[in-house]
Amino acid sequence: MLEVLIFYFSALVAIAGAVLMIVQRNPVASVLYLILSLAAQAVLYIQLSALFIGALLIIVYAGAILVLFLFVIMLLNLRGEHFEDKGPRLGRATKYALSVLFFAEFVVIIKELAFTERAGMLAAETAADFGGVEPVAELLYTKYLYPFELTSVLLLVAVVGAVLMAKREKTARQEDI
Amino acid sequence: MSLTTIAVIAALKVIVFLGAVLTGCAWATWLERKLVGHFQHRMGPSYAGPYGLLQPIADAIKLIFKEDFMPDGAEKIMYTLAPMIAFIPALLSFAVIPFGDEVTIMGQQIDLVISDLNIGILFIFAVTSLGVYGIVLAGWSSGSKYSLLGGIRSSAQMISYEIAYGLSIIGVILVAGTLSMKELVVQQASFFDWFIFRQPVGFVLFVICAIAETNRAPFDLPEAESELVAGYHTEYSSMKFAMFFIGEYANMIAVACIATTIFLGGWQGPLFPPVVWFAIKVFLFMCFYVWLRATLPRFRYDQLMNFGWKALFPLALLNTMVTALLKTIG
Repeated sequence: MLEVLIFYFSALVAIAGAVLMIVQRNPVASVLYLILSLAAQAVLYIQLSALFIGALLIIVYAGAILVLFLFVIMLLNLRGEHFEDKGPRLGRATKYALSVLFFAEFVVIIKELAFTERAGMLAAETAADFGGVEPVAELLYTKYLYPFELTSVLLLVAVVGAVLMAKREKTARQEDI
Repeated sequence: MSLTTIAVIAALKVIVFLGAVLTGCAWATWLERKLVGHFQHRMGPSYAGPYGLLQPIADAIKLIFKEDFMPDGAEKIMYTLAPMIAFIPALLSFAVIPFGDEVTIMGQQIDLVISDLNIGILFIFAVTSLGVYGIVLAGWSSGSKYSLLGGIRSSAQMISYEIAYGLSIIGVILVAGTLSMKELVVQQASFFDWFIFRQPVGFVLFVICAIAETNRAPFDLPEAESELVAGYHTEYSSMKFAMFFIGEYANMIAVACIATTIFLGGWQGPLFPPVVWFAIKVFLFMCFYVWLRATLPRFRYDQLMNFGWKALFPLALLNTMVTALLKTIG
């Protein structure tokens, strides 16, 4: 009974946080609602006894990435008014088409995961400690080794790109002088 | 044990531990002022009670009755929320710290840890990484240049040091093969098994990064009073200021507890009961904190960043690699 209550509460908070994040004018408030949503998701993971994944979600996303987001927002000193009256970047038709497309994808995934026989199979396949340190590490370093290593290459490319951009700006400024 | 007994014991543990930690925070301010006073050939607080021991109570009363001021340009909701966001994560990390061995009280086996999670260390890193939001939001919502600069500095500093902070304990985790705080203490039964001897580089890295994470001297750039007035909490007063203040001391005590548990053998020790040993070690670590503050001058900001990224981070990586190599070889 308690578990069900906790589940519905966290699920509600996660979804409400996500919705509130999108409808905010103020970017700082958006970041905060995203953190709220992530915290609720971490609770859901922990309820599935995936403690490790829940902790990682908080450490990596809430503790590191979103701090960077907030840092950038503060550095540029963005307030709500920066996002008003800019005029549409995409046409109205494109917006509606994209919304319908994403919603359709959402419905298909939910249907596939929750309302078919596959859902039961998925639940049966996962071991009780599927979210622990060892099961996650084993999957990462055996079954998903190549995608995992490729991600690190991706990150390296991003780092090199960031360094390049920072350098270019500096030389450009020196030329100005 | 029935369900009610378990619930009652858990609730009692939370109340007792939180009470102990908050009391510790109050008298940690006294300890710091007294010690810094003596380091500088002054007496420190000495009027309120014997040796000024009642000073924290006087301070608390003063803070409660001060005017709770809110600047005109502040973002009202976040200005109020920020001290709470800074304060709560500081207390959460105490949930997984083992204060002592199992004891038997009134026929009940009681484990002196609120919750022995099997990912205890990760839990601590998860909740402490959230503490930065309080500081950042306080800086942003105050509507003051000094606060904003303090907040930005703080976020940059904490992101930079958090990486080395996390890596510094990977060595210990590799050697111990567990993430549970209780299990770590059990593995440090004899003196030379303490992880400070098995992971000396890790310990030094941990202490340096922990001081930066708690924004203490010589890394207290976010509140550098000579340039930023008081940094992120410039505009705060009364109990909102007090929450930042208590939060900072709670963080210090948390770091002292974590260092004690991971590197200094936790509650292990001869003769005295485990809880006493734990308290002694935490106390000595707090004195070390104050000693550093009274001794070292503040870093310059670019020095702080260079030191974090170019010295601590590579050293932490190297330590992890060497430990992993040694572990694999034999």
